[in-house]
Amino acid sequence: MSSDGEEEFEFEFEDDDEGFDPEADSAGESISDAEAFDIMSPTLEEPPEKKPYDVNYRVRTMQEIMDMQTKEVKKVQSLLEVPADTAATLLRYYAWNSEKLQEQFWNDPTAALVSAGLSPPSSPSTSTQPLPSPLASPRPFECPICCMDYTKEQTATQTLALGCGHRFCRGCWTEYVVGKITTEGESGRIQCMESGCSRIVRAEPIDELVTSDVSKKYHNLLNQAFVSDAPSLRWCPHPGCEHIIECSQAPQKMLNQLVPTVTCRCGNDLCFGCGYPASHRPVICRIVKLWEKKCADDSETANWLQANTKECTKCQSTIEKNGGCNHMTCKKCKWEFCWVCMGPWSEHGTAWYQCNRFDEKSGSDNRDHQAKSRQSLERYLHYFNRWANHEHSAKLDADFYKSTQKKMEQMQSSANMSWIEVQFAKQAVDTVIAARITLKWSYCMAFYLKRNNMTELFEDNQRDLERAVETLGYSLEQNIGDVGAIAKLRQEVTNQSAYVQKRHDILMDDTLRGYLEHRWEFTV
Amino acid sequence: MSALPKRILKETERLMSDSPPGISAAPKDDNLRHFDVSVSGPGQSPYEGGIFKLELFLPEEYPMNPPKVRFLTKIYHPNIDKLGRICLDILKDKWSPALQIRTVLLSIQALLGAPNPDDPLANDVAQHWKENEKAAIEQAREWTRMYAQ
Repeated sequence: MSSDGEEEFEFEFEDDDEGFDPEADSAGESISDAEAFDIMSPTLEEPPEKKPYDVNYRVRTMQEIMDMQTKEVKKVQSLLEVPADTAATLLRYYAWNSEKLQEQFWNDPTAALVSAGLSPPSSPSTSTQPLPSPLASPRPFECPICCMDYTKEQTATQTLALGCGHRFCRGCWTEYVVGKITTEGESGRIQCMESGCSRIVRAEPIDELVTSDVSKKYHNLLNQAFVSDAPSLRWCPHPGCEHIIECSQAPQKMLNQLVPTVTCRCGNDLCFGCGYPASHRPVICRIVKLWEKKCADDSETANWLQANTKECTKCQSTIEKNGGCNHMTCKKCKWEFCWVCMGPWSEHGTAWYQCNRFDEKSGSDNRDHQAKSRQSLERYLHYFNRWANHEHSAKLDADFYKSTQKKMEQMQSSANMSWIEVQFAKQAVDTVIAARITLKWSYCMAFYLKRNNMTELFEDNQRDLERAVETLGYSLEQNIGDVGAIAKLRQEVTNQSAYVQKRHDILMDDTLRGYLEHRWEFTV
Repeated sequence: MSALPKRILKETERLMSDSPPGISAAPKDDNLRHFDVSVSGPGQSPYEGGIFKLELFLPEEYPMNPPKVRFLTKIYHPNIDKLGRICLDILKDKWSPALQIRTVLLSIQALLGAPNPDDPLANDVAQHWKENEKAAIEQAREWTRMYAQ
């Protein structure tokens, strides 16, 4: 199992953008070692550089997903010697884990079939034939659901029972199945209408009962279930994109060491690990989730209250002091206390104006608590503000591109530069934007990092990148001067942009390697 | 409102002529999909001796969708909340169009005989049930006396 994975790791260097070639895998396996070497050596040089923290993946289309299912069904069909429809139902029940299915099936075929909602093998006529067999001796029939009567002849053609024998009229079946598919979004788990019967309604009768629109929806739902069942597949989360990412190198247990950022064919990034619809490198999924929750929670409101208000030491009413002296009288319970030390006012005597009661136990506990929560709030806000600042900048990306575009046109006309010569500006903007996304997440990371030497190195890298981005950003904001100035600006921007790229690579590379080397310690 | 489907007519007819023991259900005059129901508390339960009023409504999609049922009489039960809503699987995901008003009401009566505090709807009641079953049952008896008689 593991050797297979590694082999794949070594072999698959092809461009992710290339279409799926169903023969690729088998071709790769059948070629001899010498040939393989020949094929590999050029590809090994070609890709930019494959980092140990990058993952191999492929972008799949819906058609490919369907082919994958067919392939899997065919395999199980021939292994277990069951009809395709049965194999598909079994696979769906076992969440497409064919190893587990085979184990259970060989162990006890009847149990495997029955638990998946199929007829036991002892009744071959129904297990292979999901459609209602005509009644042995047709007789008049009343549908228990709509209470309509059917004559002998109608019973054979207008009613239907699955292998379990629960017979209902076609009209009711259709209404039921359509409801399950269109309003409940069910697909592979639609059961017989009889209460308590767990027999599954399979694809064949469903396709026959419903219109082609509903049937299409049903098969779409089946495909969706296939994708969500397979740990190596994930839908592209970007609106309107119908691609699926396949990646077998980022299983759940690896997500503490890997940030499997992938790029879909639609051009957008996503995290294969958690489905976040953009790159969140260099932070691992677990920390991103914590951060998002923290930012969304109003737990911070509570922190604000704690930092900016005090509670009456007697009745616990929350008080925000907005002026006046330190001799507080609680409006609610009339308790008198000192705002500074939180001790009872009666203990102050005449020395209240100095509040020299620093060591009194009653007050110091209250103060400690407050200081702590104020500090924690400040710490959070420090990181949050920087995170949010980059988040905000990213929202202005479109404007940034637009203003740069204008400058590029200006340069083309005033300095008589060619289109290709002014591309440096756009490339610089690309660099800035990519670096800002990384910087943004680096603040989330820093918030959760334990203070130690490694963290200091991380923050040094972060600072260097931050500074480089600022400088480049400033240069890009400059107004266009005369021809000489433009040439100078171009030189500057090109250099700075290369520097940002370098700092970006260093931060990213070091941080992602750090996970593999277990260098990062988080406080949570 | 469109004409009543045959299924509903048949069910109503049977409910009126041959109602299960301790259960009665009759459609309202102005809306034949809206039933006045009364269920008597099962013997050996804290609801014994009580008559509980419920309302039952058959939505347009019935029997593909379950009927909507609600207690009108106040009741102290871990699976029934203050508004009379009932936590019962066959009224939700375990609904089957082959079930009927009759089977639903029988299930509700059975729920009175077998409260399930592990799947609570009324959290405070369920908590009470788990911490001090005896006292909770006494409370249920008390409410039965106060509201259902």
